[in-house]
Amino acid sequence: MADMTTNTAADPRGPKPKRTFSRANIFLYGTLIVVSMYYLLPLYVMIVTSLKGMPEIRMGNVFGPPVEVTFEPWVKAWSEACTGINCDGLSRGFGNSVRILIPSIVLSIAIASINGYALSNWKFKGSETFFTILIIGAFIPYQTMLYPIVIMLREIGLMGSIWGLVLVHTVFGMPILTLLFRNYFAAIPEELFKAARVDGAGFWQIYFQIMVPMALPIFVVAIILQVTGIWNDFLFGVIYTKPATYPMTVQLNNIVNSVQGVKEYNVNMAATLLTGLVPLVIYFASGKLFVRGIAAGAVKG
Amino acid sequence: MTVASDPPTHSQKRPRRLFKNWMAKLASLPMILTALVVFVGGTAWTVTYSFTGSRMLPKTNWVGFDQYERLWSTDRWIISIKNLAIYGGCSMILTLLIGFTLAACLDRKIRFESAFRSIFLYPFALSFVVTGLAWQWILNPDFGLQSVVRDWGWTSFNFDPLNNPDIVIFGLLIAGIWQGSGLIMCIMLAGLRGIDEDIWKATKVDGISTIKTYVVVIIPMMRPVFITALVLIASGIIKLYDLVVAQTGGGPGLSSEVPAKYVIEYMFRAQNLGQGFAASTMMLCSVVIILIPWAYLEFGGRKRG
Amino acid sequence: MSKILKSALLGTALTAATATSVLAEGVELEVTHWWTSGGEAAAVSKFAEAWNATGNTWIDGAIAGSGGTARPIIISRILGGDPMAATQLNHGRQAEELIEAGLLLDLTDVAEAGGWADIVNPSSLLDACTLDGKIYCVPVNIHSAQWIWLSHAAYENAGLDVPTDWHEFVASAPALEEAGTLPLAMGQQGWQQNIAFGAITLAVAGQDAWDEVNINKNADAARGPEYTAAFEAVAAARAFAADSNVQDWNLATNMVITGAAGAQIMGDWAQGEFAVAEQVEGEDYSCLPGLGLNPVIDTGGDAFYFPVNDDPEITAAQKELAALLISPEAQVAFNLAKGSLPVRGDIDLSAANGCMQKGLEILANGGVLPSGDISFSQDTTLQIEDLMAQFWSSDMSAADAQAAYAQLIEDAD
Repeated sequence: MADMTTNTAADPRGPKPKRTFSRANIFLYGTLIVVSMYYLLPLYVMIVTSLKGMPEIRMGNVFGPPVEVTFEPWVKAWSEACTGINCDGLSRGFGNSVRILIPSIVLSIAIASINGYALSNWKFKGSETFFTILIIGAFIPYQTMLYPIVIMLREIGLMGSIWGLVLVHTVFGMPILTLLFRNYFAAIPEELFKAARVDGAGFWQIYFQIMVPMALPIFVVAIILQVTGIWNDFLFGVIYTKPATYPMTVQLNNIVNSVQGVKEYNVNMAATLLTGLVPLVIYFASGKLFVRGIAAGAVKG
Repeated sequence: MTVASDPPTHSQKRPRRLFKNWMAKLASLPMILTALVVFVGGTAWTVTYSFTGSRMLPKTNWVGFDQYERLWSTDRWIISIKNLAIYGGCSMILTLLIGFTLAACLDRKIRFESAFRSIFLYPFALSFVVTGLAWQWILNPDFGLQSVVRDWGWTSFNFDPLNNPDIVIFGLLIAGIWQGSGLIMCIMLAGLRGIDEDIWKATKVDGISTIKTYVVVIIPMMRPVFITALVLIASGIIKLYDLVVAQTGGGPGLSSEVPAKYVIEYMFRAQNLGQGFAASTMMLCSVVIILIPWAYLEFGGRKRG
Repeated sequence: MSKILKSALLGTALTAATATSVLAEGVELEVTHWWTSGGEAAAVSKFAEAWNATGNTWIDGAIAGSGGTARPIIISRILGGDPMAATQLNHGRQAEELIEAGLLLDLTDVAEAGGWADIVNPSSLLDACTLDGKIYCVPVNIHSAQWIWLSHAAYENAGLDVPTDWHEFVASAPALEEAGTLPLAMGQQGWQQNIAFGAITLAVAGQDAWDEVNINKNADAARGPEYTAAFEAVAAARAFAADSNVQDWNLATNMVITGAAGAQIMGDWAQGEFAVAEQVEGEDYSCLPGLGLNPVIDTGGDAFYFPVNDDPEITAAQKELAALLISPEAQVAFNLAKGSLPVRGDIDLSAANGCMQKGLEILANGGVLPSGDISFSQDTTLQIEDLMAQFWSSDMSAADAQAAYAQLIEDAD
């Protein structure tokens, strides 16, 4: 069902609700609002906590709004919080995360889209087998492969560098992305491809001139998926990089776990929010595309 | 539902020669290498070395099944498995239940649908590290939920899952469901939108109540969606690691340890690679047990993908 | 161009002068460690300052979350062929295989030039760095784990005298509880609980039984009556700490500092936290080595290892750093900040406070034990820590714990 990617946002197909405030409707909205509170609570608590001073936090009540709003925790989390003797907060990790993110996205999407294109239009003997292995690979616990990858990265001399991590992200992003592109390209009418073949177009010509322009929506979905996935990664970031190239999530963990005296909950919450900001912005800005993307990626997964 | 429509099979119409598609093969090389070298090779390597007594560095001093014997006689591993079973069972049921209920609610042509959907889904954009920290703070007994409810007058209210070994798993569960149920809701919603409207008309004509329609008609029709959702949830559960590290660190004591954490700690902290590999091989086995029935349904039952 | 560079560097904490000299000749060495609490960070910055003062640059690679988190990262980087220039590791058996695989730099020439064999005291520290007659690490401090820290504020509040040994502490615990004070602060992590276990067994079971178990790995001794008494004492301590709900060791120390808890059993590094909080030994807090019963301390500690590097310039700088870490000035500055004992017996530590003086005295009298890091493999240590984590957070009986412990000792390697 290739059209699953697009119909998420289509009109609801349930029975038409009654217009009046029936008991069922009150129940429906009531449920939704109560559940919404559960989902919003952590975000709310994080924001109010990050705007309070430590004395106010010690007074208790995580849910109360700040009496005196202070942005100091945010400044501290961004540029002053210490790990060891480095007191430059999350700012360093932000740059690293961006430098890891961009090449990872470009490389993983380029490779996955070509894979998907080859798998749907240029099938060759064994291509489905490799694809199946790839999909099963998506479910293997990462722990099983941590150590062999240390050895592989050592053999190609990329251990500890940003490019090593980029490669790891490309490899582990490949299954879902390939699936996504394969299904999308498969839904493109065969006649287009045939006509291009008759005109004598080759593998790359068809890919760049016909397939890529038609696949722009799925590229956006893939980018959104990869941004959130790579930005949020912690395990690979901590194992395959070094302090100079730590991504933001690892810095976050460092700051939160470097307790000097008392735990500064407000700084921790500000740091947490700062780290989550990029995926949150992408998520809210992309709206329906994000929903489509994960539904598409997951339904096919 | 979960199956892609058939890709055009051009190659079958042309003579099959090794170099016919050479550019496609060349372009697929990264995929082939990933599949064979990383996924198959890496896994085989790990399984092989789980039969050795490797300590800090991999060595080929074969010890047979010793690592597995030790693994299954270690309390911590058993605790980890039990925790994962409790977490997994609850998480699977609750996530499906919440995901489906929310999707059904959103599918009732309600107002502000996209606002609600955004609210339910945004936690998915956050990492487990962020999730763990946020809930650690809310569940902090001195400042969080417990103290607030006590301030309201219910002074005997006791809810400190992160410090109570008996219920710490539920603390993890609250956070895990918060993070993951939005995704399942999205998938369920996609599934519900895929159901023909005539079905609703027909049941209405027959006078079947809405809830009964969901239970008797809709859910059976959505079987593939449920299976996909289950596989997704299950694979996430087995990988459970970041959340535990960020939220509880496996504590108090060993009460929230999970297998993935056992693997990492025995590989790197105890410097007993063989033991870590044996544990990760067991994790791999459980993945295979989950995946095989699914793969059979997906690929085996009907001939083409 | 250089203007831009300079102004960029000025933006950091470096002064213009050091910035230029760094550009001119200095070597950047990345040093990884897991010293991230207040006292620890203050201490490691002493090393960094000393190293930067030589015109080189210390790139700090702190990894938060104790050695358990940091060690995998450090080891996978050494194995992955992209090592840091220097790294903290506890000396002892942790590094054996890395040395055997030829991944760590041989420091024998630096050690001979510096006469380490004569100055390092106790000499067992250098033995822990030695494999096949070659020296591979620089011990930088001596840490002992057999201390109990007592809060004067908590005892004043309860109207009690501050205990002078473990038995008095046990006797005072109910009164503390009555006064609303937690008797014993305990971070709920296996390694901390294992430290408490080790300290209590040493005090209660006595040194002979302790030696038999920890050095000779005699499982029968671990099943013996001395250890039965010790396990019962640990079970009693567990009850005192039942309401302690912190995880990190320094948060537990903070409870002692604020008087929220009566005591904590923790290594001498806790002292760094008291120092950061500007507390005075004897007035605000007391410390009892060997829990006041059996004044012996182990000589664990931290050491720095230097992974092999292809670049001769870096190798030379690594050796320079190795010599610097053990120099008298660096030793004094570092250990005063960290609350640990220096590794050389020939320096003046009159600036040290009462607790450190107690430690130095015990050291001078030869009341030393080998550290657990030296006698047990990491594997065995983690298994014991797991057992302790399980024991402290459940109602496991002392007898069951003893049986499980004895089994671990029997299987230990």
